[in-house]
Amino acid sequence: MSSERAIAWFLRAYVGLVFCFVFAPIVSSFIFSFNSDRFPTIPLGEFTLHWYETIYNDPDVWDALRVSVISAVSVSLIATFIGFCTAYTDYRYRFFGKNAYLALALLPPTIPLVIMGLAMLAWLSRIGMSGHLYSIMIAHVVLCTPFAMAVIRLRLAQMDPSLEAAAWNLGAGEWRTMREVILPFTAPAIVSALCLTAAVSFDEFAVAWFVSGLNKTIPVIILEVLQGQVDPQINAIGTFVFITSMTLVVIAQVLLMTRQRKGVPGG
Amino acid sequence: MAADPRVRINWFAATWRLPMLVWQFLFFVVPLLFLVYLSFWLVRNYRMVPGFDTVNWVKMFAKGYFWDAYYFTFGMALLATVVTSCLAFPCAYALSFKLSETARRWAIFFLIIPFFTSYLVRIYAWQVLLAENGVINAALAVIGAGPYALLNTKLGTVIGYLTLTLPLVVILQTLSLASIDRNLIEAAHNLGCGRLRTVFTVIVPLAKVGLIIGAVFCFILSFGDFVSPYYLGGSKPPTLSILIIDTTKSGQQWPRAAVVAVTMIATLLLVAFAAVSAAYRKRA
Repeated sequence: MSSERAIAWFLRAYVGLVFCFVFAPIVSSFIFSFNSDRFPTIPLGEFTLHWYETIYNDPDVWDALRVSVISAVSVSLIATFIGFCTAYTDYRYRFFGKNAYLALALLPPTIPLVIMGLAMLAWLSRIGMSGHLYSIMIAHVVLCTPFAMAVIRLRLAQMDPSLEAAAWNLGAGEWRTMREVILPFTAPAIVSALCLTAAVSFDEFAVAWFVSGLNKTIPVIILEVLQGQVDPQINAIGTFVFITSMTLVVIAQVLLMTRQRKGVPGG
Repeated sequence: MAADPRVRINWFAATWRLPMLVWQFLFFVVPLLFLVYLSFWLVRNYRMVPGFDTVNWVKMFAKGYFWDAYYFTFGMALLATVVTSCLAFPCAYALSFKLSETARRWAIFFLIIPFFTSYLVRIYAWQVLLAENGVINAALAVIGAGPYALLNTKLGTVIGYLTLTLPLVVILQTLSLASIDRNLIEAAHNLGCGRLRTVFTVIVPLAKVGLIIGAVFCFILSFGDFVSPYYLGGSKPPTLSILIIDTTKSGQQWPRAAVVAVTMIATLLLVAFAAVSAAYRKRA
């Protein structure tokens, strides 16, 4: 029994260690963003808001923030719309070539980002669409749609299939059923998909770096600063980026969790 | 399906079916096909000329640095896959068998967060932590060890790959371990099978598909990543992704970068196909 407990204790400590490893970079960025040393190490230097002031007064950061926010918002809207369409198609219809259809819908995240970046850059320059803000949006929608589709499809899987049929039998047309049954039911997942895709777009650096031209997003700025020296400004920008995307991902997940609690007794 | 849908399909069904088809065709399939085509283009006087010539392929495949990069990238991705899978397993095991349903759900909740949280900044944080006079070496100095060169080493690269893939692999492994029928494990114990032996002869074979899927994702992500080998590994030697970036950004040699990219995709397809057929081999 004592070896049993030793193993249980070891496993718990091990899980703790894994979580420490996973969150160490996030926590250390946060701490060092308030630290006065140029080359952060322990013991810590003094508390300072200097790095935050530096980025606050940097017009490049504000430009990048504008580009990032515009692209994240529009990407999340388009990707969630397309993701919803795809999820509903998968939920409702069976047709020839459906497996290929689903593969096309879900494959993009498995292609290395550098290759996606090069392919996008080559193709968009060929058709004269590279180097604009909308180039980033086009590429990010490709990458984000699968996440939106997956989240909304999960929600649809929890819907009682007879609900839709019941609405039709009661005389509602397909469009009206969509508006008054399907959309309200999937609403939490739709908001969740909006948050998740916004987070993915907000953080994506490789493809954006290839296609953006002069319209730099926040991650592209970080990438370019990184190519120079160690620069504690990045901790400050990074902390801001972490808080933004973590908030979005937490909201996305909480919406999905309440869905589960409500969904289980009903379905 | 009560009403005959065939009569009305067209507008309603097409509205939902077409957006993804159109978008992913125009901006996913076509760019990738174009990349293959581009690898046969020519570069004359620093300008790309459409054509169909194998010269880029012949030249790239004749270069020693290309094969150095290829074997290095493949080897590192393989190493990362083995290391990540092994390190993730005890954690996934604990999450699946030693924790309550609620605790497991929270653990997955927290593991999903970093997956969607700026990988770039996390790597920068590691750069600071692993530096010669960084936190880890400073901590080691307190107990009289070091300083060790952690940055610009293979170890640094692997730490970066772990940062990228560990949360995802733990999640995938946990999902597959948690779906194992507990009665089978109970039966093994009742029949006198030891703890470790149960893990290797009962649990691992039952979770094989999930473990392999986790490993495949780890391989794909590590093989294609350029951030860790560049910022933590010091690009010594460059990986294939770094080669693509250098070739693309330094001028008009896009066709050669396309050769590297197509070779990478072919490799990933082969690896994924081999792994998936291994996953389902004995089950059929």
